Amino acid sequence: MAIIEVKNLHKVYDETSVPVHAVNGIDLKIEEGEFTAIVGPSGSGKTTFLNMLGGLDQPTKGEVIINGTKIHELKSKNLIDFRLQNIGFVFQAYNLIPVLTAKENVAFIMELQKVPKKDRNKRAMELLKSTGIGDKGNYRPGDLSGGQQQRVSVARALASKPKFILADEPTANLDSKSTADLLDMMAEMNKESKITFIFSTHDQRVMDRARRIVTIEDGKISSDKNGINN
Amino acid sequence: MIFSIAWRNVWRNKLRSLVIMLAVIFGLVGGIFSVALMNGMMEQMITSSIQTQLSNIQVHNPDYLTNNEVKYDIGDVSSVISSIKQNKEVSAISSHIKAQAMASTAATGTGVMIIGIDPGKEKKVTTIHEHLIEGSYFGDSLSRSKPILVGKDLAHKLSAGIGNKVVITIQNLENVITYGAFRIVGIFETHNSNFDKTNLFVLKKDLAELINFNPESATEIMIRLDENKQTEEVAQKLSKELQGLKVQTWMQIRPEFELFNSMTQQMLYLFLLLILFGLAFGIVNAMLMAVMERVKEIGMLMAVGMNKRRIFSMIMLETIFLSITGGIIGILGGFGLVEYFGESGIDLSVVAEGLQAVGYASTAYPSVDNSYYFIVSAMVILTAVIASIYPARKALKLKPAEAVREEA
Repeated sequence: MAIIEVKNLHKVYDETSVPVHAVNGIDLKIEEGEFTAIVGPSGSGKTTFLNMLGGLDQPTKGEVIINGTKIHELKSKNLIDFRLQNIGFVFQAYNLIPVLTAKENVAFIMELQKVPKKDRNKRAMELLKSTGIGDKGNYRPGDLSGGQQQRVSVARALASKPKFILADEPTANLDSKSTADLLDMMAEMNKESKITFIFSTHDQRVMDRARRIVTIEDGKISSDKNGINN
Repeated sequence: MIFSIAWRNVWRNKLRSLVIMLAVIFGLVGGIFSVALMNGMMEQMITSSIQTQLSNIQVHNPDYLTNNEVKYDIGDVSSVISSIKQNKEVSAISSHIKAQAMASTAATGTGVMIIGIDPGKEKKVTTIHEHLIEGSYFGDSLSRSKPILVGKDLAHKLSAGIGNKVVITIQNLENVITYGAFRIVGIFETHNSNFDKTNLFVLKKDLAELINFNPESATEIMIRLDENKQTEEVAQKLSKELQGLKVQTWMQIRPEFELFNSMTQQMLYLFLLLILFGLAFGIVNAMLMAVMERVKEIGMLMAVGMNKRRIFSMIMLETIFLSITGGIIGILGGFGLVEYFGESGIDLSVVAEGLQAVGYASTAYPSVDNSYYFIVSAMVILTAVIASIYPARKALKLKPAEAVREEA
């Protein structure tokens, strides 16, 4: 069963003046356990598409069905809760809370889910270990390298036990080694734990590791093919 | 963890937070101290007036209050006093003969209010004996002349000093103008220069003799109570008990005091409200900056599933922490300052003349009720809550999809 199903998705900005069709009729299915890269040039509509996939933006037309739930029909309050329970986010600029330690950043998501303190602290440390920074739990983001911060970000995304992880240009701010390490880690998680990863990226190194590459141009899917790693 | 995040966020930009806290601290210290000074001076003025001229309750023949003529006396004073003494709240009683007269010396003359008193009893009711700046109270007079106490300003006006003679011209009970010579044995100075300029004290028996008045009677009975707050209650009881006589509280005799007092009480809050209103703008500005600097972070929190209520609470808590940290220090600072100067007093002698003209003492003792500090604390928290609404609403209006990509 597809974990994500997108049907005839449209997003039009400035409908009243000069309409811009950022997403112009996308149909897509993503199965559980995929390691998919959404690629395309700047302005192609991939960020808008990813926003609608993550429930951060509403489509003008079409459907986004995640695990059987039509998220475009959810009310704002329910959508926030849906994101919390079902989607993990990894951002290009990490977007960690600078006043919290790495462990607290990860545990914070579980607090929003009302996980008991003892359990969330234990799981936060486990996740940091699994992302290779178990010894950095008490460091604040400012004391970590970009690669380490992105690992905390991945641990945070995994903390809520989401159905899939949406990673928006996760390697854009990283050097080659950090990028390679991060991709290795995520690929291993995908392989071992069947965690579904969906990336938006320009980075050839990410594309090289993806098992499926969906290319968007002018708001439409121009190609959908297996990656070389498949 | 929201408490923890909010508290740590306060210290993210230490300089900005400290500036706001200092504004709150100085605002509150200044506000509380000014209010306490105003309140303390008002309380002193009322207390001083009660102690020197009004007492808590006065009893008169109603016609005396209308005509100010000594023929309208109280009658059987001793039975009235016995009746008053039945009230356990009463601490002291004295009776006066009070009449308008003309006081003259070799140099000049002026209209005055002459008050005949029994010094022993008067000491328990008024504190004129404590305000003597020259000479002595009646008991120390060895002269055969009739003793008189005059206010400093009156003595100055009459160009008279200790030992000088003052002639009192007054209408007796038969409406005949009569004269009496008195010798100044003491000069007093209260906090009210108008009182000092127009009042003089003689022995009740001397005045009674001068105007053919029954020395056992009086035109006025002054009553002091254990506590000022009992005034209304005791006055109501006495009004019922003393048929045919007019019982008045100091608030009824000097209604402007009660008006000033209630105005001061309202001003205490209005003044602080204005200070907090001003501070609220500073707090709003600081919090708006804090929100605008953290657009990406707030966007992330919204994206990952932090609901609006929690985001609102986080911003509100941050504002409250910022405000109450300064607020606590400010209130403690204000409390310390009020306590210190409440003991030592503030010397305002450079403007004593002006102050005494309106009945204020030249040494001010700031004072404010302890409940005021609790109310101020509540007002600080309320200000923080109100000040947080706009920045918090601004944060809630962010669109997570745009906010997470915002360039810092």
